[in-house]
Amino acid sequence: MNLLDILLLIPAAGALITLALPGDNPGLVRKFALFVSLVVFLFSLGLIGPVRANPAAYSFETNVPWIESPAIRYHVGVDGLSLWLVILSTFLTPICVLVSWRHIEDRVKEFHAFLLFLLFGVIGVFVALDLFLFFVFWEVSLVPMYFLIGIWGHDRRIYAAVKFFLYTMAGSALMLAAMIWIFNRAGTFDLPLLVDMLKTGQLRFTAQEAQWLFLAFFLAFAIKVPLFPLHTWLPDAHGEAPTAGSVMLASVLLKLGTYGLVRVSLPLFPDAARNNAGWIIALAIAGIIYGALVAMVQPNMKRLVAYSSVSHLGFVVLGIFTFTQAGLDGAVYQMLNHGISTGALFILVGLLYERRHSLEIADYGGVGSVAPWLSTMFVITSLASVGLPMLNNFVGEFLVLLGAAQTKLLYAVLAGTGVIFSAVYMLWLVQRAFYGPAPEAVRHHVTDMNGREWALVMPLIVMMVWMGVGPQTFLPPVSQQSRQTLEMVLEKPAPQKSAQEVAHAR
Amino acid sequence: MHHLWLIPAFPLAGFLVNGIAGRRLPKPLINAFAVGSVLLSFLWVLKVLSGLQPLESAYTERYFTWIQSGAFQVGFDFMVDRLTAVMLLVVTGVGLLIHIYSIGYMAHEHGYDRFFAYLNLFMFFMLVLVLAANYLVLFIGWEGVGLCSYLLIGFYYLKKSATDAGKKAFVVNRVGDLGFSLGMFLTALTFGSLDFAAVFGRAQAESAALNPQTITLICLLLLVGATGKSAQVPLYVWLPDAMEGPTPVSALIHAATMVTAGVYMVARSAPLYNLSPAAMEVVAVVGLITAVLAATIGLTQYDIKRVFAYSTVSQLGYMFLALGVGAYSAAVFHIVTHAFFKALLFLGAGSVIHALGGEQDLRMMGGLRSKIPVTFTVLLAAAVAIAGVPPFSGFHSKDAILLAAYAHAPWLYWVGVATAAMTAFYVFRAIFLCFFGSYRGDAHPHESPLVMTLPLGVLALLSLAGGYFNVPHYLAPLFGADHGAHDERLVFISVAAGVGGILLAWLFYVAAPSLPDRIANTLGGVYRMVYNKYYVDEAYDALIVHPIRDGSRALLWGVVDAKLVDGAVNGVGALARAAGAGLRQWQSGYIRRYAAWVVLGSAAIVAVAAFWGGMR
Repeated sequence: MNLLDILLLIPAAGALITLALPGDNPGLVRKFALFVSLVVFLFSLGLIGPVRANPAAYSFETNVPWIESPAIRYHVGVDGLSLWLVILSTFLTPICVLVSWRHIEDRVKEFHAFLLFLLFGVIGVFVALDLFLFFVFWEVSLVPMYFLIGIWGHDRRIYAAVKFFLYTMAGSALMLAAMIWIFNRAGTFDLPLLVDMLKTGQLRFTAQEAQWLFLAFFLAFAIKVPLFPLHTWLPDAHGEAPTAGSVMLASVLLKLGTYGLVRVSLPLFPDAARNNAGWIIALAIAGIIYGALVAMVQPNMKRLVAYSSVSHLGFVVLGIFTFTQAGLDGAVYQMLNHGISTGALFILVGLLYERRHSLEIADYGGVGSVAPWLSTMFVITSLASVGLPMLNNFVGEFLVLLGAAQTKLLYAVLAGTGVIFSAVYMLWLVQRAFYGPAPEAVRHHVTDMNGREWALVMPLIVMMVWMGVGPQTFLPPVSQQSRQTLEMVLEKPAPQKSAQEVAHAR
Repeated sequence: MHHLWLIPAFPLAGFLVNGIAGRRLPKPLINAFAVGSVLLSFLWVLKVLSGLQPLESAYTERYFTWIQSGAFQVGFDFMVDRLTAVMLLVVTGVGLLIHIYSIGYMAHEHGYDRFFAYLNLFMFFMLVLVLAANYLVLFIGWEGVGLCSYLLIGFYYLKKSATDAGKKAFVVNRVGDLGFSLGMFLTALTFGSLDFAAVFGRAQAESAALNPQTITLICLLLLVGATGKSAQVPLYVWLPDAMEGPTPVSALIHAATMVTAGVYMVARSAPLYNLSPAAMEVVAVVGLITAVLAATIGLTQYDIKRVFAYSTVSQLGYMFLALGVGAYSAAVFHIVTHAFFKALLFLGAGSVIHALGGEQDLRMMGGLRSKIPVTFTVLLAAAVAIAGVPPFSGFHSKDAILLAAYAHAPWLYWVGVATAAMTAFYVFRAIFLCFFGSYRGDAHPHESPLVMTLPLGVLALLSLAGGYFNVPHYLAPLFGADHGAHDERLVFISVAAGVGGILLAWLFYVAAPSLPDRIANTLGGVYRMVYNKYYVDEAYDALIVHPIRDGSRALLWGVVDAKLVDGAVNGVGALARAAGAGLRQWQSGYIRRYAAWVVLGSAAIVAVAAFWGGMR
């Protein structure tokens, strides 16, 4: 049992123990959940050293049979692609516990058990190397989120939870069918093995077969991302979820989709991925612009941030399907950036909600006068979100757009307009909520941040600056892993593309 | 090592101290950190530059790799060459004077610490901008100064007009920044690097092998960025509104330094522009159109700061004209002299506004000559400088531009001269309306304190004598000697135009004060159009802003999201319900049932797929 197995075990065990704790002592439950999540975070840092040393291969690999027939294996490992996503998940969980400290007063035990169980699920998705195991964790992560929205959400929580569940289930059913098809053709669910078999020619999909399989996986991933026009579950889910639910949903769960594209779709169906890149890029760019425009006119803060996620995740999908080093590096980096800055936005909106009990922008105004530090943190986070240099999102957007320009300048032109609109919707939000005179209700209820709130916001702000100024802390393992992915995708490159690549490499 | 990084690090430290602890610090300490940090920065610039002279080639310091992806790499690198040296001196020198002035001007304002924190942050980013050794580090400064501009325009955040103006500035600049970014991407893809040395080295060495259309496109895209930051047509609309900010901000950011960043960037990219005569032509025409357009608007405005704001737009147009005709060093020369006299005009206007308790309308001034004599004297110095009266600073740089324009194409010169006449007219119109005649307001004017008048005095000396800093000569190794026409008659004509403008202003506003109204009435529609700034803001609102906002709300959100996509989703649900009672279980809301469905559905899919798979 290595570090990675322990990392999966602790949150699962933690969730069970939480359930067994006495129900009349919410303080104990919170402290225990905080302790467990902090331990998981600290342990996860241990992954960094070995993975950085050899990011293109799987570290901490465990590969033992789980079910004999059909042959399903417990095969996990972590590489340059999954490393930071795992750490992002473990980093945000203690913050989610802290942000719920006062906010969640009902069924505290169950809430924290679900939160830890969710952590178990998402780590599992990021490290699973067996397709069936991947699917199991995929579904495992779905259930606690359903309950987090459905039990602790706002007024329309049931509608939102069901919509979330059905949307995602529709996708995963197709993904499962595709996995089983692959198993019947190859006799294994093992992802590295499948990639190997494809490389050596032991396994060959017909073009039509690959196309259907690619589409089945793609639909599941695209719903999760969510890619325009499959995004309409997201504003509802975010609008209704409690703060911690929104944070985990936006920062981690959405990444399962984009992660799946890079981890599963590109290596297994490289030709199909290339053939479909055109319309996927079109949808990604449409989502970038559409998400930003619709975010601009939202009267509700959380829905605004939700639509902004549609826009930001469009950048990730765009980067992936440019099949360029810069694009793919930027896409993976943007997954992390979005996790940090959008997580922070949801937290800050949550802090406002706890004070004023409203998510309507029109109910605010003048927060800057009564809560200057809260406002300052919000402005910094907004600036990160709109991609100001020296803050995190800039690096990801820059690389994605560079990759897009390398593929076709028009892609960068169109996607770049999203950067303009992001400034419009964020600054307009800031102006309406934080500037101007403060109405009575704001003056009475909105106070500045307390110690606990500082403790949960500051780490995020530090990461925004760190990831913006020193991206080389994080990028090298990502970059090496994505080079390997690109080699798989571009093994039989179209002649024109290869000429471009060569020209660029000079 | 000359530790160039210390130059921006001082104001950054000032920003951090005042930004974090300023609320609890006494004013003298805030001043010490805010002004002291800029002073240290200025002194460090002097030390570095004296150590580096004669600075015949660029001096570079590399700190760390910022972003690397595959073969593409960008370092956090600074460099100094003669162009940087000039900019460093202007930014830290004029910046220091404006910081000192602000101690007096902002003394009674709420948010004193916040003001100085932002101002220091601006200095940091501006210095990063001019020290950058590659386009991406320049872009850090570029975006950073835009941020500070946004924060400082909206400094009075209780006023909606102020926060609107800040937002407008940021968004309009974002449009330009997209152009800049695209230019960077094309540069990176064409040259494999964003390093100035690498890009320009290859541009010069392999100019024959490069696709001229690509180079032209890069130059035009960079120009789009420059039109945003330096307020050129069609993106100039944010600058007049930016006057909502405190006056020292208008002087530092929106006159002397930040708005010249676009000029600096184009001059920096001279090796690329030199390869594209077509792009140069566009630069010149954009500059000329801007110069004329803004000057005409300046003729009619009554807000003293807006007059000077349009003047700034117009003067920046002059600089672009110079860039476009290849007179890079004349453009930089005009950056320098303009920094002196325009900072002085704004700070002087600030002193007037301060004296009148916040009044900015020229119609409510008049006769202040005797009441605030120091302010009057320094403003007069700035006015003769900008009007191009020899031997004061503006005369030297403006003449360098006009002569270069004549050498390129005489019509550029003639339009430039006409603009010079308008410039002299509107500046002296402001002077006469403000200081001559009798006082029309009801405040009790009082002269500003020494902490304000002292920087004004220094700037007045620089405005008068700054033309003798021979910037073109100093920059000749970088840009080559300017090939201006050397014709005494041309010099005489442009000076005469300036003096003529002054005399006309005297006639209109001192000798025969009823004349302007009569002319305005005669011209009627034309006058109203110019007075309302050609309705450009209204046109942008009607053609761009409102359609995007309303279309997003009504069409995208209201129809596409709610009706089309969600309609389809809910339609599927409705279909299921209609299909019969059994299928209604789908919508039950019980997670146990869903779980059962998942299991059943999965099993069914497994069975089907296994069956099909087995058949093959």
